[in-house]
Amino acid sequence: MAAKSTIRSEGGKVRRVIVIGGGLAGLMTVIKLCEAKVPVDLISLVPVKRSHSVCAQGGINASVNTKGEGDSPQIHLEETAYGGDFLANQPMVKGMAEAAPGIVFMLDRMGVPFNRTPEGLLDFRRFGGTLFHRTAFAGATTGQQLLYALDEQVRRYEIADVIDEHGVSIPGEKMVRKFEFWDFLQVIQDESGTCVGCVAQDLKTMQIKFFQGDAVVLATGGSGIVFGRSTMSVICTGTAASSVYQQGAVYANGEFIQVHPTAIPGADKLRLISESARGEGGRVWVPKDAADKRSPKDIPEKERDYVLERMYPGYGNLVPRDIASRAIFKTCFHEGRGVFNPKTGRNENEVYLDLTHKDETFLRNKLAGILEIYEKFAGVDPYHNPMKVFPAVHYSMGGLWVDFERNARGSIEAGSPRNHATSIPGLYAVGEVDYQYHGANRLGANSLLSCIYGGMVTGPSVASYQKSLAKSAYDLPKSIFEKAEKRSQDDYTRILKQNQDKANAENPYRLHQELGDTMLRDCTIERDNKTLDKVIEKISELDARVKNVKCTDPSPRANQGAQFVRHLENMLVLARVIAQGARNRDESRGAHYKPDFPKRNDAEWSRTTLAKHETKGAVKYVKEFSYTNAGKTVNVTDAVDLSLVTPRERKYEQAGAASAAATGKLSEGKTEQKGA
Amino acid sequence: MSEKNDKGTGRLVHLRVKRQDGPDLPDTSRWEEFKVPYLPQMNVISALQQVQKDPKTVEGKEVAPVVWESSCLEEVCGACTMIINGRVRQACSALVDQIAPNGETINVEPMTKFPLVRDLVVDRERMFQDMKKVHAWIDIDGTHELGAGPRESPEAQEERYPLSRCMTCGCCVEACPQYNDSTKFVGPFALNLVRLFNMHPSGALHKNERLETVMGEGGVQDCGKSQNCVEVCPKEIPLVDSIAVVSRDATKRLLFGWLLK
Repeated sequence: MAAKSTIRSEGGKVRRVIVIGGGLAGLMTVIKLCEAKVPVDLISLVPVKRSHSVCAQGGINASVNTKGEGDSPQIHLEETAYGGDFLANQPMVKGMAEAAPGIVFMLDRMGVPFNRTPEGLLDFRRFGGTLFHRTAFAGATTGQQLLYALDEQVRRYEIADVIDEHGVSIPGEKMVRKFEFWDFLQVIQDESGTCVGCVAQDLKTMQIKFFQGDAVVLATGGSGIVFGRSTMSVICTGTAASSVYQQGAVYANGEFIQVHPTAIPGADKLRLISESARGEGGRVWVPKDAADKRSPKDIPEKERDYVLERMYPGYGNLVPRDIASRAIFKTCFHEGRGVFNPKTGRNENEVYLDLTHKDETFLRNKLAGILEIYEKFAGVDPYHNPMKVFPAVHYSMGGLWVDFERNARGSIEAGSPRNHATSIPGLYAVGEVDYQYHGANRLGANSLLSCIYGGMVTGPSVASYQKSLAKSAYDLPKSIFEKAEKRSQDDYTRILKQNQDKANAENPYRLHQELGDTMLRDCTIERDNKTLDKVIEKISELDARVKNVKCTDPSPRANQGAQFVRHLENMLVLARVIAQGARNRDESRGAHYKPDFPKRNDAEWSRTTLAKHETKGAVKYVKEFSYTNAGKTVNVTDAVDLSLVTPRERKYEQAGAASAAATGKLSEGKTEQKGA
Repeated sequence: MSEKNDKGTGRLVHLRVKRQDGPDLPDTSRWEEFKVPYLPQMNVISALQQVQKDPKTVEGKEVAPVVWESSCLEEVCGACTMIINGRVRQACSALVDQIAPNGETINVEPMTKFPLVRDLVVDRERMFQDMKKVHAWIDIDGTHELGAGPRESPEAQEERYPLSRCMTCGCCVEACPQYNDSTKFVGPFALNLVRLFNMHPSGALHKNERLETVMGEGGVQDCGKSQNCVEVCPKEIPLVDSIAVVSRDATKRLLFGWLLK
């Protein structure tokens, strides 16, 4: 039997749901919860306006079909499934593709300054893995603009009163309470294992405090910092995901890490140059002659090798990211044809990304945001000089396993409490931290979409879950929460005190660099089993050494040193899930590529990697498990839901191959393949 | 994967950092100096990261690593704003090659207009609160499907987009002589937001409401027209124009608004 009121607990407290993370996915979830009249506590590591979503540049996909190309959500679904090398659960993708036009219109209504056509309509540009103009954009800072729009809407709820079921305002209670500069530590589970709140730490005062909540939603983003430097923000350590994984949440497809083909080097970070540069006509090339030492402008067109156009004439510079990164890697590492750098006097592992043939005003209007980044950080004017770029870790396709309920249409059942539920009852995950939508490789401009769509699904799902509860978390004995808080407090004290007097104690930042160097070198574009064995050995070594880490900061205030030790410990756990998952999967699929197993192997590996944490740090990979959702037991297997688009081999050499089933050209394509 | 040369070249970067252990501990205010190995493409953030790996001052004294705020490291999030060599800016885009090409000392200090948290971290909450005050949003009816938004010309979008790139970084208010803890001035960034939302066709439906928030104390008339804000804005937002537009609209509202009531 459900509780009497969803607004107040038996004890009279306002019943809230906790959302961790204030990027696009978290904020959209908050808005949907507020619309469903569920008050929220929003906990974020940084002020939400500084979340990593700001870094998204190129745009957001939606098949609005304003260019007369015949684009449709069906084609969007197919290209996403195909680009993801048939590892994504297709009902989720269908739901997302169908909702996409409405999502872009909603953002438009919120005031996002999307670029326009002369008629005043939304403009769309091309992105990877498609031939259609499907990507809406606001210059080249689309993620920032979307995040600001949602942030503004959430701010409205920060001043909105909580209204009880009689329509009366509850004094002093606002729909959203924000806790910024708070670090998530763990979820709190009652004796049945249900999530009833969380413990977090104020990063200014270092106070550790429990939060009661009828449900917890993790929207904490990716884990690129496991790889040391990446295109991700410094906050993307994956610490929250790792923490709940260690508490029993299943982690899925960890080995699928997207490497973006075009980034610029930096000592602290690898800065992304968006795929939109190629969407607007940018071309990737190297000199045909590796010994060519001329400046790029002096190399005539016929002496240039436009690598992607040559290898993949069908999609050219806009092949999906896994394919473009491998092609650039092959050119630079295996063929030694990276471009010559007069400063170092040798061929570096870089290729040209060239926009110099485009009009400067056009570029300023559509790409200023990224060209500004290149100009500022590389110190070279990209309007008149080809940019020098190389691949960098960019996105986690894998993440916390989350459920969905399929409906009769093959899409997902709106409002089902199973949607986006993790395997810990009452804990949800949404955004990059979950594993849905993208399969083995994400298409560009699908991440902003999956974050917002995920939020639109998770809000109602959590609201349904809350309604199903017989008892609010606020009516449970305080001792459950106090015990968890004490556990976190003890752990924090341990970090502060351990190894303080030890002579050769380890420095956590240096240890992190070692982890990052290993992961980046040996667990990214090309993977080899013998090398992966060494990576796993290295992780074990670091697991042992991390116990000798000494926190270099004894301060009781804003102690980033202690916080970093905690994140480092959690990163090591995720690193193992990633590396061991890669070691196990003996095939090549999307971003996961093993030269020794160069083909996709559907017979053995058309399945989701499901990782469970075991004591002593081991990872247990399972084929099935069951969990409880809103009082019902759900049995889960590792089968991928491929009910909508039948898997076939990816062929980006051929134009239209990614959309051939929806456009009715599949049979044609097959004939051509036979001919070739 | 490509690994750039991480080995130092023997060259050192000289940092001088203003530190303080907490807001209520003014006695701990001090300058500390660090020398760290130079790295290619180095910025102030990576210099501070080097300090974390070996937190010792030039005198060889072991200290706690410097505390600072950062997130995106590509100048879109606004987190790492601080005062570097006397100028307020983001630390991520402060490249060592540009600010200290010959090994000059780099002076790093926290912003002065906000409550200090520790070292280089300050609390910019006031800016976010002022965004509530000035009604910095569009009043949409809900997130359910209501079709496309209003049409907009490319010219209007090109005018609106640059105003919308404000990262709430705090540079403008740090440089503003009128903004401090004894005034209520909302600051250039907030006035720019008033202009931004008043320009949007749906936002304009609440134009007067928004203008009224900046017509009293702490509003647009508190601007002293020093024009420092526009000089330091990292996104080159035309803040002075925005203030002028809001000021003109507020004056109009003040003179004629009562006629419309």
